[in-house]
Amino acid sequence: MWHDRPLKDGYDVVIIGGGAHGLACAHYLAKEHGVTDVAVLDKSYIGSGGSGRNTAIVRSNYLTPEGVRFYDESVKLYEQLAAELEFNVMFSQRGHLTLAHTDGAVRTMRRRAEVNRLQGVDSRLVFPDELAHICPQLDLSEHPRYPIMAALYHPPGGIIRHDAVVWGFANHADRRGVHIHQQTEVTGVDVRDGKVRGVETSRGYVAAETVLNATAGWGSTIAAMAGLELPIATAPLQACVTEPLKPFLDVVVVSGSLHVYVSQSSRGELVMGASVDPFGSYSMNSSLDFVEGLAGHVLELFPFLSKVRILRQWAGLCEMPPDFSPLMGFTPVEGFLLDVGWGTYGFKASPICGKTMAELIATNTTPDLIYPFRLSRFAEFDLVGEKGAASVGH
Amino acid sequence: MLVVPCPNCGPRNASEFRYAGEYRPRPHPSQDVTDDEWATYLYTRSNTLGVHTEWWFHTSGCGLWFLAERHTKTNAFVKSYLWGAT
Ligand SMILES: Cc1cc2nc3c(=O)[nH]c(=O)nc-3n(C[C@H](O)[C@H](O)[C@H](O)COP(=O)(O)OP(=O)(O)OC[C@H]3O[C@@H](n4cnc5c(N)ncnc54)[C@H](O)[C@@H]3O)c2cc1C
Ligand SMILES: [Zn+2]
Repeated sequence: MWHDRPLKDGYDVVIIGGGAHGLACAHYLAKEHGVTDVAVLDKSYIGSGGSGRNTAIVRSNYLTPEGVRFYDESVKLYEQLAAELEFNVMFSQRGHLTLAHTDGAVRTMRRRAEVNRLQGVDSRLVFPDELAHICPQLDLSEHPRYPIMAALYHPPGGIIRHDAVVWGFANHADRRGVHIHQQTEVTGVDVRDGKVRGVETSRGYVAAETVLNATAGWGSTIAAMAGLELPIATAPLQACVTEPLKPFLDVVVVSGSLHVYVSQSSRGELVMGASVDPFGSYSMNSSLDFVEGLAGHVLELFPFLSKVRILRQWAGLCEMPPDFSPLMGFTPVEGFLLDVGWGTYGFKASPICGKTMAELIATNTTPDLIYPFRLSRFAEFDLVGEKGAASVGH
Repeated sequence: MLVVPCPNCGPRNASEFRYAGEYRPRPHPSQDVTDDEWATYLYTRSNTLGVHTEWWFHTSGCGLWFLAERHTKTNAFVKSYLWGAT
Protein backbone atom coordinates (compact mmCIF):
# COMPACT_ATOMS: atom_id res chain seq x y z
CA MET A 1 0.00 0.00 0.00
CA TRP A 2 2.75 2.50 0.86
CA HIS A 3 6.46 2.08 0.28
CA ASP A 4 9.71 2.53 2.12
CA ARG A 5 11.69 5.14 0.26
CA PRO A 6 15.14 6.59 0.90
CA LEU A 7 15.13 9.53 3.33
CA LYS A 8 16.13 12.64 1.37
CA ASP A 9 18.19 15.37 3.02
CA GLY A 10 15.47 17.93 2.42
CA TYR A 11 11.75 18.33 1.63
CA ASP A 12 9.46 21.30 1.00
CA VAL A 13 7.27 20.16 3.89
CA VAL A 14 8.07 17.88 6.82
CA ILE A 15 5.12 16.56 8.81
CA ILE A 16 6.02 15.14 12.22
CA GLY A 17 3.57 12.41 13.25
CA GLY A 18 2.11 9.68 11.07
CA GLY A 19 -1.33 9.61 12.61
CA ALA A 20 -4.54 10.31 10.75
CA HIS A 21 -3.91 14.08 11.01
CA GLY A 22 -0.38 14.12 9.59
CA LEU A 23 -1.28 11.67 6.82
CA ALA A 24 -4.50 13.54 5.93
CA CYS A 25 -2.54 16.76 5.60
CA ALA A 26 -0.04 15.03 3.29
CA HIS A 27 -2.90 13.59 1.25
CA TYR A 28 -4.65 16.94 0.74
CA LEU A 29 -1.35 18.78 0.09
CA ALA A 30 -0.64 16.38 -2.76
CA LYS A 31 -4.19 16.01 -4.03
CA GLU A 32 -5.52 19.56 -3.83
CA HIS A 33 -2.41 21.72 -4.01
CA GLY A 34 0.09 19.65 -6.00
CA VAL A 35 2.59 19.86 -3.15
CA THR A 36 4.24 16.44 -3.25
CA ASP A 37 7.75 17.05 -1.93
CA VAL A 38 6.47 16.09 1.50
CA ALA A 39 7.78 13.71 4.17
CA VAL A 40 5.71 12.28 7.01
CA LEU A 41 8.01 11.15 9.84
CA ASP A 42 6.92 8.83 12.61
CA LYS A 43 9.03 7.50 15.45
CA SER A 44 7.07 4.25 15.38
CA TYR A 45 4.64 2.78 12.83
CA ILE A 46 1.85 4.87 11.30
CA GLY A 47 -1.30 4.85 13.40
CA SER A 48 0.64 3.81 16.51
CA GLY A 49 -0.56 6.87 18.44
CA GLY A 50 -4.10 7.93 19.20
CA SER A 51 -5.14 7.19 15.62
CA GLY A 52 -4.88 3.43 16.23
CA ARG A 53 -6.11 3.55 19.82
CA ASN A 54 -9.27 5.64 19.72
CA THR A 55 -12.84 4.43 19.97
CA ALA A 56 -13.67 5.94 16.58
CA ILE A 57 -16.71 8.04 17.44
CA VAL A 58 -17.52 10.62 14.75
CA ARG A 59 -20.10 13.36 15.41
CA SER A 60 -20.61 17.11 15.12
CA ASN A 61 -23.04 17.92 17.97
CA TYR A 62 -20.63 20.24 19.78
CA LEU A 63 -21.39 23.24 21.99
CA THR A 64 -19.98 26.32 20.24
CA PRO A 65 -20.92 27.53 16.74
CA GLU A 66 -17.19 27.50 15.82
CA GLY A 67 -16.84 23.90 16.94
CA VAL A 68 -20.08 22.67 15.37
CA ARG A 69 -19.28 24.24 11.97
CA PHE A 70 -15.80 22.76 11.98
CA TYR A 71 -16.66 19.21 13.06
CA ASP A 72 -19.62 19.15 10.70
CA GLU A 73 -17.32 19.78 7.73
CA SER A 74 -15.35 16.76 8.93
CA VAL A 75 -18.45 14.56 9.09
CA LYS A 76 -19.26 15.59 5.51
CA LEU A 77 -15.74 14.66 4.36
CA TYR A 78 -16.01 11.33 6.17
CA GLU A 79 -19.26 10.62 4.32
CA GLN A 80 -17.29 10.78 1.03
CA LEU A 81 -14.03 9.34 2.30
CA ALA A 82 -14.40 5.71 1.28
CA ALA A 83 -14.97 6.82 -2.32
CA GLU A 84 -12.21 9.41 -2.19
CA LEU A 85 -9.63 6.97 -0.78
CA GLU A 86 -10.95 3.91 -2.64
CA PHE A 87 -10.81 2.11 0.67
CA ASN A 88 -13.68 0.95 2.85
CA VAL A 89 -13.47 3.04 6.01
CA MET A 90 -16.68 1.43 7.30
CA PHE A 91 -18.31 4.71 8.36
CA SER A 92 -21.51 3.68 10.11
CA GLN A 93 -23.81 6.65 10.82
CA ARG A 94 -25.90 4.72 13.29
CA GLY A 95 -26.91 7.62 15.54
CA HIS A 96 -25.42 9.00 18.74
CA LEU A 97 -27.15 9.48 22.11
CA THR A 98 -25.80 11.64 24.94
CA LEU A 99 -27.81 10.83 28.05
CA ALA A 100 -28.83 13.39 30.65
CA HIS A 101 -29.45 12.24 34.22
CA THR A 102 -29.81 15.63 35.91
CA ASP A 103 -31.69 18.90 35.29
CA GLY A 104 -28.37 20.60 34.61
CA ALA A 105 -27.44 18.03 31.97
CA VAL A 106 -30.87 18.39 30.31
CA ARG A 107 -30.27 22.16 30.05
CA THR A 108 -26.84 21.61 28.46
CA MET A 109 -28.33 19.14 25.94
CA ARG A 110 -31.10 21.60 25.07
CA ARG A 111 -28.54 24.32 24.48
CA ARG A 112 -26.41 22.01 22.33
CA ALA A 113 -29.45 20.97 20.30
CA GLU A 114 -30.28 24.63 19.59
CA VAL A 115 -26.69 25.57 18.67
CA ASN A 116 -26.44 22.46 16.48
CA ARG A 117 -29.68 23.17 14.63
CA LEU A 118 -28.68 26.79 14.00
CA GLN A 119 -25.66 25.36 12.17
CA GLY A 120 -27.84 22.97 10.19
CA VAL A 121 -26.83 19.88 12.17
CA ASP A 122 -29.40 17.14 12.84
CA SER A 123 -29.59 17.12 16.63
CA ARG A 124 -32.48 17.22 19.09
CA LEU A 125 -33.57 16.49 22.62
CA VAL A 126 -35.48 13.22 23.13
CA PHE A 127 -37.30 11.95 26.22
CA PRO A 128 -37.71 8.43 27.65
CA ASP A 129 -40.83 7.59 25.60
CA GLU A 130 -38.91 8.11 22.36
CA LEU A 131 -35.67 6.72 23.81
CA ALA A 132 -37.49 3.46 24.40
CA HIS A 133 -37.76 3.14 20.61
CA ILE A 134 -34.28 4.41 19.70
CA CYS A 135 -32.50 2.27 22.30
CA PRO A 136 -34.86 -0.17 24.06
CA GLN A 137 -31.87 -1.90 25.71
CA LEU A 138 -31.29 1.05 28.07
CA ASP A 139 -32.58 0.81 31.62
CA LEU A 140 -35.11 3.65 31.47
CA SER A 141 -36.72 2.77 34.78
CA GLU A 142 -36.57 4.72 38.03
CA HIS A 143 -34.32 2.05 39.58
CA PRO A 144 -30.81 3.34 38.73
CA ARG A 145 -29.08 5.74 41.13
CA TYR A 146 -29.32 8.38 38.36
CA PRO A 147 -32.39 7.67 36.19
CA ILE A 148 -32.21 8.78 32.55
CA MET A 149 -34.22 12.01 32.11
CA ALA A 150 -33.55 12.83 28.45
CA ALA A 151 -30.90 12.55 25.75
CA LEU A 152 -29.36 14.57 22.95
CA TYR A 153 -30.01 12.55 19.80
CA HIS A 154 -27.68 13.07 16.82
CA PRO A 155 -28.65 10.72 13.96
CA PRO A 156 -25.59 11.39 11.70
CA GLY A 157 -23.13 10.49 14.48
CA GLY A 158 -21.55 7.05 14.46
CA ILE A 159 -18.36 5.03 14.35
CA ILE A 160 -15.69 4.34 11.75
CA ARG A 161 -12.81 1.91 11.19
CA HIS A 162 -9.88 4.00 12.46
CA ASP A 163 -7.04 1.90 10.96
CA ALA A 164 -8.67 2.04 7.55
CA VAL A 165 -8.71 5.84 7.68
CA VAL A 166 -4.97 5.89 8.49
CA TRP A 167 -4.11 3.35 5.80
CA GLY A 168 -6.33 5.02 3.20
CA PHE A 169 -4.70 8.43 3.66
CA ALA A 170 -1.23 6.84 3.68
CA ASN A 171 -1.93 4.87 0.54
CA HIS A 172 -3.19 7.87 -1.41
CA ALA A 173 -0.48 10.24 -0.21
CA ASP A 174 2.17 7.64 -1.15
CA ARG A 175 0.66 7.19 -4.62
CA ARG A 176 1.04 10.91 -5.27
CA GLY A 177 4.69 10.89 -4.23
CA VAL A 178 4.65 11.71 -0.51
CA HIS A 179 7.37 9.91 1.47
CA ILE A 180 6.22 8.11 4.60
CA HIS A 181 9.14 7.33 6.91
CA GLN A 182 8.32 5.06 9.82
CA GLN A 183 10.81 4.38 12.63
CA THR A 184 12.14 7.91 12.11
CA GLU A 185 12.14 9.89 15.33
CA VAL A 186 12.48 13.66 15.35
CA THR A 187 15.03 14.57 18.02
CA GLY A 188 15.49 18.28 17.34
CA VAL A 189 13.95 21.19 15.46
CA ASP A 190 16.44 23.51 13.80
CA VAL A 191 15.36 27.12 14.34
CA ARG A 192 17.59 30.00 13.28
CA ASP A 193 16.68 33.73 13.34
CA GLY A 194 13.11 32.84 14.33
CA LYS A 195 12.64 30.57 11.30
CA VAL A 196 12.50 26.82 11.06
CA ARG A 197 15.22 25.30 8.81
CA GLY A 198 14.79 21.59 9.32
CA VAL A 199 14.66 18.74 11.80
CA GLU A 200 17.19 16.41 13.39
CA THR A 201 16.08 12.80 13.22
CA SER A 202 17.31 9.42 14.39
CA ARG A 203 18.31 8.90 10.72
CA GLY A 204 20.03 12.23 10.13
CA TYR A 205 19.27 15.87 9.37
CA VAL A 206 16.34 16.76 7.11
CA ALA A 207 16.04 20.34 5.82
CA ALA A 208 12.58 21.92 5.48
CA GLU A 209 11.19 25.45 5.68
CA THR A 210 7.75 24.21 6.65
CA VAL A 211 7.44 21.80 9.57
CA LEU A 212 4.08 20.67 10.92
CA ASN A 213 3.83 19.33 14.45
CA ALA A 214 1.06 16.69 14.31
CA THR A 215 2.22 14.57 17.22
CA ALA A 216 -0.88 14.84 19.45
CA GLY A 217 0.07 13.52 22.91
CA TRP A 218 3.74 14.25 22.26
CA GLY A 219 3.00 17.76 20.92
CA SER A 220 4.75 19.58 23.78
CA THR A 221 7.96 17.58 23.32
CA ILE A 222 8.25 18.67 19.67
CA ALA A 223 7.22 22.26 20.50
CA ALA A 224 9.94 22.38 23.18
CA MET A 225 12.51 21.47 20.49
CA ALA A 226 11.41 24.64 18.68
CA GLY A 227 11.62 26.66 21.91
CA LEU A 228 7.86 26.88 22.48
CA GLU A 229 5.59 25.97 25.38
CA LEU A 230 1.97 25.18 24.57
CA PRO A 231 -1.30 25.33 26.53
CA ILE A 232 -1.69 21.55 26.65
CA ALA A 233 -1.19 18.87 29.29
CA THR A 234 -0.81 15.20 28.34
CA ALA A 235 -2.94 12.58 30.06
CA PRO A 236 -3.66 8.92 29.32
CA LEU A 237 -7.10 7.90 28.09
CA GLN A 238 -8.09 4.27 28.47
CA ALA A 239 -10.61 2.11 26.65
CA CYS A 240 -11.58 -1.55 26.56
CA VAL A 241 -13.61 -4.08 24.60
CA THR A 242 -15.71 -7.03 25.72
CA GLU A 243 -15.87 -10.46 24.17
CA PRO A 244 -18.00 -10.42 20.99
CA LEU A 245 -21.77 -10.56 21.45
CA LYS A 246 -24.60 -10.93 18.99
CA PRO A 247 -25.44 -7.52 17.52
CA PHE A 248 -27.89 -5.81 19.89
CA LEU A 249 -26.81 -2.17 20.10
CA ASP A 250 -27.06 -0.08 16.93
CA VAL A 251 -26.54 3.38 18.42
CA VAL A 252 -23.60 5.00 20.24
CA VAL A 253 -24.51 5.70 23.89
CA VAL A 254 -22.68 8.30 25.97
CA SER A 255 -23.36 9.39 29.54
CA GLY A 256 -21.46 12.43 30.71
CA SER A 257 -22.81 12.16 34.25
CA LEU A 258 -21.77 8.50 34.55
CA HIS A 259 -18.47 9.10 32.71
CA VAL A 260 -18.94 6.27 30.27
CA TYR A 261 -19.70 5.52 26.63
CA VAL A 262 -20.49 2.31 24.73
CA SER A 263 -20.84 1.22 21.11
CA GLN A 264 -20.91 -2.20 19.49
CA SER A 265 -18.30 -2.87 16.80
CA SER A 266 -19.06 -4.78 13.63
CA ARG A 267 -17.23 -7.74 15.22
CA GLY A 268 -19.78 -7.65 18.05
CA GLU A 269 -17.45 -6.40 20.77
CA LEU A 270 -18.68 -3.63 23.04
CA VAL A 271 -16.20 -0.76 22.78
CA MET A 272 -16.25 1.21 26.02
CA GLY A 273 -14.44 4.16 27.48
CA ALA A 274 -14.59 6.99 29.98
CA SER A 275 -12.75 10.25 30.72
CA VAL A 276 -8.97 10.71 30.95
CA ASP A 277 -7.01 9.22 33.85
CA PRO A 278 -7.14 11.31 37.03
CA PHE A 279 -3.53 12.53 36.74
CA GLY A 280 -1.34 13.69 33.85
CA SER A 281 1.21 11.25 32.43
CA TYR A 282 2.98 9.98 29.31
CA SER A 283 2.51 6.39 30.49
CA MET A 284 0.34 4.11 28.35
CA ASN A 285 -0.28 1.53 31.08
CA SER A 286 -3.78 0.23 31.72
CA SER A 287 -5.26 0.14 35.21
CA LEU A 288 -7.73 -2.05 37.08
CA ASP A 289 -9.33 1.06 38.66
CA PHE A 290 -10.37 2.13 35.19
CA VAL A 291 -12.22 -1.06 34.16
CA GLU A 292 -13.72 -1.44 37.62
CA GLY A 293 -15.18 2.06 37.62
CA LEU A 294 -16.30 1.80 34.02
CA ALA A 295 -17.99 -1.59 34.46
CA GLY A 296 -20.03 -0.28 37.38
CA HIS A 297 -21.34 2.58 35.27
CA VAL A 298 -22.06 0.46 32.21
CA LEU A 299 -24.18 -1.82 34.38
CA GLU A 300 -26.24 1.19 35.50
CA LEU A 301 -27.22 1.63 31.84
CA PHE A 302 -27.36 -2.02 30.72
CA PRO A 303 -27.79 -4.28 33.78
CA PHE A 304 -28.10 -7.42 31.61
CA LEU A 305 -24.40 -7.19 30.66
CA SER A 306 -23.22 -8.28 34.11
CA LYS A 307 -21.90 -11.68 32.92
CA VAL A 308 -20.01 -10.30 29.90
CA ARG A 309 -16.22 -10.49 30.09
CA ILE A 310 -13.68 -7.79 29.18
CA LEU A 311 -11.43 -9.03 26.39
CA ARG A 312 -8.68 -6.41 26.41
CA GLN A 313 -7.91 -2.85 27.47
CA TRP A 314 -5.38 -0.24 26.41
CA ALA A 315 -4.47 3.43 26.71
CA GLY A 316 -3.39 6.28 24.46
CA LEU A 317 -2.05 9.76 25.11
CA CYS A 318 -4.26 12.84 24.90
CA GLU A 319 -2.95 16.40 24.99
CA MET A 320 -5.63 18.39 26.77
CA PRO A 321 -6.04 22.13 26.11
CA PRO A 322 -7.85 24.17 28.77
CA ASP A 323 -10.87 24.89 26.53
CA PHE A 324 -11.12 21.44 24.87
CA SER A 325 -10.52 23.00 21.44
CA PRO A 326 -7.48 22.39 19.22
CA LEU A 327 -4.39 24.49 18.47
CA MET A 328 -4.09 24.89 14.71
CA GLY A 329 -1.94 27.07 12.50
CA PHE A 330 0.93 29.51 12.84
CA THR A 331 3.26 29.94 15.82
CA PRO A 332 5.80 32.64 16.74
CA VAL A 333 8.43 30.49 14.94
CA GLU A 334 8.13 31.12 11.20
CA GLY A 335 7.40 27.93 9.26
CA PHE A 336 6.73 25.90 12.41
CA LEU A 337 3.03 25.00 12.36
CA LEU A 338 0.71 23.27 14.80
CA ASP A 339 -2.09 20.76 14.50
CA VAL A 340 -2.32 19.58 18.13
CA GLY A 341 -4.62 19.98 21.13
CA TRP A 342 -6.76 17.07 19.97
CA GLY A 343 -7.29 15.74 23.45
CA THR A 344 -9.74 12.88 23.55
CA TYR A 345 -11.78 13.97 20.53
CA GLY A 346 -9.49 14.51 17.54
CA PHE A 347 -9.96 11.46 15.38
CA LYS A 348 -13.28 12.73 14.02
CA ALA A 349 -11.52 15.89 12.85
CA SER A 350 -8.77 14.16 10.83
CA PRO A 351 -10.07 14.88 7.29
CA ILE A 352 -10.98 18.52 7.88
CA CYS A 353 -7.70 19.13 9.71
CA GLY A 354 -5.77 17.63 6.84
CA LYS A 355 -7.69 19.74 4.37
CA THR A 356 -7.46 23.05 6.23
CA MET A 357 -3.82 22.62 7.26
CA ALA A 358 -2.92 21.74 3.66
CA GLU A 359 -4.67 24.93 2.53
CA LEU A 360 -2.84 26.94 5.20
CA ILE A 361 0.52 25.53 4.09
CA ALA A 362 -0.15 26.01 0.37
CA THR A 363 -1.57 29.55 0.65
CA ASN A 364 0.24 30.77 3.77
CA THR A 365 -3.06 32.08 5.15
CA THR A 366 -5.36 30.74 7.86
CA PRO A 367 -8.66 29.35 6.52
CA ASP A 368 -11.66 31.00 8.24
CA LEU A 369 -12.88 27.65 9.54
CA ILE A 370 -9.83 27.19 11.78
CA TYR A 371 -9.17 30.83 12.70
CA PRO A 372 -10.97 30.35 16.07
CA PHE A 373 -8.39 27.65 16.95
CA ARG A 374 -5.28 29.82 16.53
CA LEU A 375 -2.64 29.59 19.28
CA SER A 376 -2.85 33.32 20.00
CA ARG A 377 -6.45 32.99 21.28
CA PHE A 378 -5.13 32.30 24.78
CA ALA A 379 -3.23 35.59 25.11
CA GLU A 380 -6.34 37.28 23.62
CA PHE A 381 -8.58 35.53 26.19
CA ASP A 382 -10.77 34.39 23.30
CA LEU A 383 -11.19 30.71 24.20
CA VAL A 384 -13.56 28.26 22.47
CA GLY A 385 -15.04 26.36 25.41
CA GLU A 386 -16.06 22.84 24.36
CA LYS A 387 -15.68 21.04 27.68
CA GLY A 388 -19.45 20.55 28.00
CA ALA A 389 -19.49 18.64 24.72
CA ALA A 390 -16.11 16.91 24.68
CA SER A 391 -14.97 15.72 28.09
CA VAL A 392 -16.64 12.28 28.05
CA GLY A 393 -18.35 11.98 24.67
CA HIS A 394 -15.15 11.93 22.64
CA MET B 1 -2.92 1.91 41.79
CA LEU B 2 -0.54 4.85 41.92
CA VAL B 3 0.64 5.49 45.47
CA VAL B 4 1.09 9.16 46.32
CA PRO B 5 3.47 10.29 49.07
CA CYS B 6 1.58 12.79 51.29
CA PRO B 7 4.11 14.76 53.38
CA ASN B 8 1.69 14.40 56.30
CA CYS B 9 0.22 10.90 56.00
CA GLY B 10 2.90 9.05 54.07
CA PRO B 11 2.18 6.81 51.06
CA ARG B 12 -1.57 6.57 50.26
CA ASN B 13 -3.61 5.37 47.26
CA ALA B 14 -4.08 7.97 44.52
CA SER B 15 -7.86 7.60 44.80
CA GLU B 16 -7.65 9.60 48.06
CA PHE B 17 -6.16 12.58 46.23
CA ARG B 18 -7.00 15.14 43.63
CA TYR B 19 -4.29 15.88 41.08
CA ALA B 20 -4.19 19.61 40.37
CA GLY B 21 -1.71 19.85 37.52
CA GLU B 22 1.75 21.14 36.88
CA TYR B 23 3.16 23.77 39.25
CA ARG B 24 3.50 27.22 37.69
CA PRO B 25 4.71 30.20 39.75
CA ARG B 26 1.91 32.77 39.95
CA PRO B 27 2.63 36.40 39.11
CA HIS B 28 1.93 38.53 42.21
CA PRO B 29 -1.55 40.05 41.78
CA SER B 30 -0.47 43.47 43.01
CA GLN B 31 2.21 43.74 40.36
CA ASP B 32 1.60 45.15 36.94
CA VAL B 33 0.99 41.87 35.19
CA THR B 34 0.58 41.94 31.41
CA ASP B 35 -2.11 39.94 29.62
CA ASP B 36 0.62 37.75 28.16
CA GLU B 37 1.99 36.93 31.60
CA TRP B 38 -1.46 36.07 32.94
CA ALA B 39 -2.27 33.94 29.92
CA THR B 40 1.05 32.12 30.27
CA TYR B 41 0.42 31.47 33.96
CA LEU B 42 -3.16 30.37 33.42
CA TYR B 43 -2.85 28.26 30.29
CA THR B 44 0.70 27.44 29.20
CA ARG B 45 2.27 24.26 30.53
CA SER B 46 5.76 22.88 30.02
CA ASN B 47 4.11 19.41 29.92
CA THR B 48 7.53 17.84 30.41
CA LEU B 49 8.24 14.24 29.49
CA GLY B 50 10.45 13.63 32.53
CA VAL B 51 10.47 14.85 36.12
CA HIS B 52 8.21 17.83 36.80
CA THR B 53 6.67 19.52 39.83
CA GLU B 54 2.93 19.21 40.38
CA TRP B 55 0.16 20.00 42.86
CA TRP B 56 -1.74 17.35 44.84
CA PHE B 57 -4.62 17.80 47.26
CA HIS B 58 -5.24 15.10 49.88
CA THR B 59 -9.03 15.45 49.62
CA SER B 60 -10.07 12.22 51.36
CA GLY B 61 -7.21 12.39 53.86
CA CYS B 62 -5.65 15.23 55.83
CA GLY B 63 -6.79 17.99 53.43
CA LEU B 64 -3.25 19.13 52.66
CA TRP B 65 -2.26 20.84 49.39
CA PHE B 66 1.34 19.96 48.57
CA LEU B 67 3.89 19.74 45.77
CA ALA B 68 5.47 16.59 44.42
CA GLU B 69 8.17 15.85 41.88
CA ARG B 70 7.23 12.91 39.66
CA HIS B 71 8.54 11.37 36.46
CA THR B 72 5.70 11.76 33.95
CA LYS B 73 6.51 8.55 32.04
CA THR B 74 7.40 6.08 34.83
CA ASN B 75 5.09 7.86 37.34
CA ALA B 76 7.82 7.37 39.99
CA PHE B 77 7.80 10.09 42.68
CA VAL B 78 11.10 11.76 43.53
CA LYS B 79 9.86 13.69 46.59
CA SER B 80 6.94 15.66 48.00
CA TYR B 81 6.90 18.73 50.22
CA LEU B 82 4.90 21.77 51.31
CA TRP B 83 4.77 24.85 49.10
CA GLY B 84 7.69 27.12 49.94
CA ALA B 85 9.67 24.32 51.60
CA THR B 86 11.28 22.89 48.38
C1 LIG C 1 -8.70 5.54 24.13
C2 LIG C 1 -8.96 6.71 23.22
C3 LIG C 1 -10.24 6.91 22.70
C4 LIG C 1 -10.48 7.98 21.83
N1 LIG C 1 -11.72 8.08 21.28
C5 LIG C 1 -11.95 9.02 20.34
C6 LIG C 1 -13.20 9.04 19.66
O1 LIG C 1 -14.07 8.22 19.92
N2 LIG C 1 -13.40 10.00 18.70
C7 LIG C 1 -12.44 10.92 18.40
O2 LIG C 1 -12.68 11.78 17.55
N3 LIG C 1 -11.22 10.92 19.02
C8 LIG C 1 -10.95 9.98 19.97
N4 LIG C 1 -9.73 9.94 20.60
C9 LIG C 1 -8.72 10.98 20.29
C10 LIG C 1 -7.97 10.65 19.00
O3 LIG C 1 -7.45 9.34 19.08
C11 LIG C 1 -6.81 11.63 18.75
O4 LIG C 1 -7.21 12.96 18.97
C12 LIG C 1 -6.31 11.51 17.32
O5 LIG C 1 -6.10 10.16 16.97
C13 LIG C 1 -5.06 12.30 17.10
O6 LIG C 1 -4.55 11.98 15.82
P1 LIG C 1 -3.16 12.53 15.37
O7 LIG C 1 -2.92 12.05 14.01
O8 LIG C 1 -3.12 14.00 15.63
O9 LIG C 1 -2.12 11.92 16.43
P2 LIG C 1 -1.61 10.42 16.69
O10 LIG C 1 -2.42 9.42 16.00
O11 LIG C 1 -1.43 10.27 18.17
O12 LIG C 1 -0.22 10.44 15.98
C14 LIG C 1 0.89 11.12 16.50
C15 LIG C 1 2.12 10.39 16.01
O13 LIG C 1 3.28 11.17 16.33
C16 LIG C 1 4.33 10.26 16.48
N5 LIG C 1 5.42 10.92 17.18
C17 LIG C 1 5.44 11.34 18.47
N6 LIG C 1 6.63 11.88 18.76
C18 LIG C 1 7.39 11.80 17.65
C19 LIG C 1 8.73 12.18 17.33
N7 LIG C 1 9.54 12.74 18.23
N8 LIG C 1 9.18 11.94 16.07
C20 LIG C 1 8.37 11.36 15.14
N9 LIG C 1 7.11 10.98 15.39
C21 LIG C 1 6.62 11.20 16.62
C22 LIG C 1 3.71 9.11 17.24
O14 LIG C 1 4.45 7.91 17.07
C23 LIG C 1 2.31 9.02 16.64
O15 LIG C 1 2.19 8.02 15.66
C24 LIG C 1 -9.45 8.90 21.49
C25 LIG C 1 -8.16 8.71 22.04
C26 LIG C 1 -7.91 7.62 22.87
C27 LIG C 1 -6.51 7.44 23.41
ZN1 LIG D 1 -2.38 13.63 53.94
